[in-house]
Amino acid sequence: MLRPYLAIISARFQLVLQYRAAALAGFATQCWWGGMKVLIFSAFYAGAAAVAPMSFAHTVSYTWLGQAFLMFLPWYADPEVTDMVRTGAVAYERLRPVDAWGWWYARALAWTAARIVPRAALMFATAAVLMPLVGLGRWGLRLPPDGSDAALFCAAIVAAALLSATMTVLLNVVVAASLTDRGANAFAAPITIVLSGSLVPLAFFPRPLVPLLRLQPFAGLMDTPFRVWNGELAGTGAVGAIALQLAWTLVLALLGRRAVEAVMGRIQVQGG
Amino acid sequence: MAQVVVEGLRKTYRVAVREPGAWGAIRGLARRRWREIEALAGVSFGIGAGELVGFIGPNGAGKSTTIKILSGILRPSAGACEVDGLVPWRDRIRHVARIGVVFGQRTQLWWDLPVIDGFDLLRDIYRVDPARYRRTRDELVGLMRLESLLDQPVRQLSLGQRMRCEIAAAMLHEPRLIFLDEPTIGLDAPAKLAVRELVGTLNRERGVTVVLTTHDMQDIEALARRVIVIGKGVILADQPLDAFRAGVLAERRVVADFAGEAPRLAIPGVEERARDGRSLELAFDPARIAAPALIAAIAADHPLEDIRVVQPQIEEVIARFYDLHGAGEA
Repeated sequence: MLRPYLAIISARFQLVLQYRAAALAGFATQCWWGGMKVLIFSAFYAGAAAVAPMSFAHTVSYTWLGQAFLMFLPWYADPEVTDMVRTGAVAYERLRPVDAWGWWYARALAWTAARIVPRAALMFATAAVLMPLVGLGRWGLRLPPDGSDAALFCAAIVAAALLSATMTVLLNVVVAASLTDRGANAFAAPITIVLSGSLVPLAFFPRPLVPLLRLQPFAGLMDTPFRVWNGELAGTGAVGAIALQLAWTLVLALLGRRAVEAVMGRIQVQGG
Repeated sequence: MAQVVVEGLRKTYRVAVREPGAWGAIRGLARRRWREIEALAGVSFGIGAGELVGFIGPNGAGKSTTIKILSGILRPSAGACEVDGLVPWRDRIRHVARIGVVFGQRTQLWWDLPVIDGFDLLRDIYRVDPARYRRTRDELVGLMRLESLLDQPVRQLSLGQRMRCEIAAAMLHEPRLIFLDEPTIGLDAPAKLAVRELVGTLNRERGVTVVLTTHDMQDIEALARRVIVIGKGVILADQPLDAFRAGVLAERRVVADFAGEAPRLAIPGVEERARDGRSLELAFDPARIAAPALIAAIAADHPLEDIRVVQPQIEEVIARFYDLHGAGEA
C-alpha cells in the first residue's frame, strides 16, 4: 500500500541530501544568527535575570536547537510543487495512481527531513561538542537532563517533522490555487517564525498569552520539542504535549486532504 | 467492444475579462467579469482496442482538452466518457494505473535523477511486480536503444533521447492504451523517425492502443490508419486516413523527369502544378483519366527518365480541409 510513498520519500531524501553547498551555507547563516541571539540574551540576562521566565542555560539551548531545526518552519511551499505549478507539469501529478495529498505529503516530509539532517548534525557538533571544548560551554548547547528526556525529545522531533509537512502541503495548495508562490510564502514566514518560538521562546511572550500560544499548532514545531529537551516538559507533561502535536498533525492532514482534492479537481492546465 | 467511448463531451472554461487600459484594470478590481470559452462543444467518438488514431486539429481546437479529460486530469462540464469501463475523472486512481501518457512539451522523468532511477521510481509508483518490471524494462530498453542513456541524469539528455526515455517510462506499467500528445515536437528528423518507428512497433507488435495528437502531418501519415479532426470544439471528420484524403482532395499527382527540358503538355483532365528544369509535377483527376493512360500519353511523345505517381502532401490536404471548414486558428 505504502510502496509509492516510501519510494518517493527515499528518492527525494537522497536527492535533497546531495545539496551540500546549500546545507553548508545554511549552517553558516544559522551559526551567525545563533551567535547573535545568544549574545543578545546574555546582555538581557545580565540586567534582568530575575524576571526571565527561563534559566539562561535553557534559553541558550533553546536558541541553538532553533537554529538546528530551523527547516521545520514551513515558511515556503515545496519548491518542486511551485515549479510544477508554474510549468504546468502539475498535470502529471494527476496521472499517478496515488492519493494526491499523500503524494505531496511524502515529498514534503522527505524534503524537510533531508534539509534537517545535515544542518542539525553540524549544529550539534558545533554547539554541543566544539563550543565546550574551546571553553565556550556557557554559551553552548547543554544536553538533556537524563535519558528519558532525550528519548521523549526524539519522539517530539519526529512529531514536529510530521506536523511541519502537513503545513507545507497546505502552502502547496495555496500555491496551486493562486498559481504563484508569492502570496503563500509572504504570509507564511512571519507567522511561523513568531508563533513557533523561533524568534523568541514562547515563554518570553506576555504571561497571560503563553498558555494559549502553547496550544496553537506552530508551537509543536519548536517550542514543544525544545522544552522537552530542556526537561521543562517531562513525564506525562511531555507525553501530553506530544499528543497535542500529533492531534494537530491529524487535523491539518484532514484539512489538507480536502483542500488538495478541491484545488486539484478544478485545476485548469492551460496551453500545450 | 470499444475501449474508449466518448459521448457529447463538453468543456467550458471561465476566464476573467479585462477591459483594455488602466481604467479597465481598475474596474476589473471592483467588479470582475467572466467570459465563457467553449473548448469542447459536444464531442463523440469511440476507439477500439489496438487502434492507432491520429487526433488532429489547429491550435486551440480542443485536442489537448479532450486528451486531458480522457486521461483523468480534467473534469468535463457535461457529457459521458468511459475508458475500459472506468470514468476517468471519477475513478482517477484506478484509471491512470492502466494508461500511459506522454506530453511532448513536459517531462515526467525526474530532472536530476539518472534515467534508470526514474524508471525504478515509476516501478514503485505503479506497484509493478519487480520480476515483471525487469522483463518489461529490458524489453523497452532494447526496443528503444536506451542502454547507453540509462546512467545519465535526465537533464543531460538531448530532446530526442529524452523523448525515447519518456515513451519507455510511459510503458513500464504495461498500459493497454497510451496517449501521445505531440511526441515529436522539436525533434530533429532522425529522432522523429525513431519515435515514429517505436510508436508503430508498440502498436503493431504489442497491440497497444495509441491516441496520437500532433501538428506534424508526417507523423499521421506514417502511423495513423484513422484520423479524427477536431476544430472549434467539434469533430469535423472521423474516417480512415485514405478516405479522408480522397474526400478532401480527390486529385492525384504524377512527377515526371524528362531527358531534356520539361515539355508543355495539353492533356484533358491534367493540370501542371510545378516545373523545375527537366522535372514536371502534374495533378490529375483519376475519375477522368487513369494513371496508366496518363503515363502512356506522356511517354508516347516525350523521352522519360523517370515517372512516379504520388499522393498530395498531407499538409496540403489538411490545410485545404481547415480552409473548407473555416477551422483555422482565429
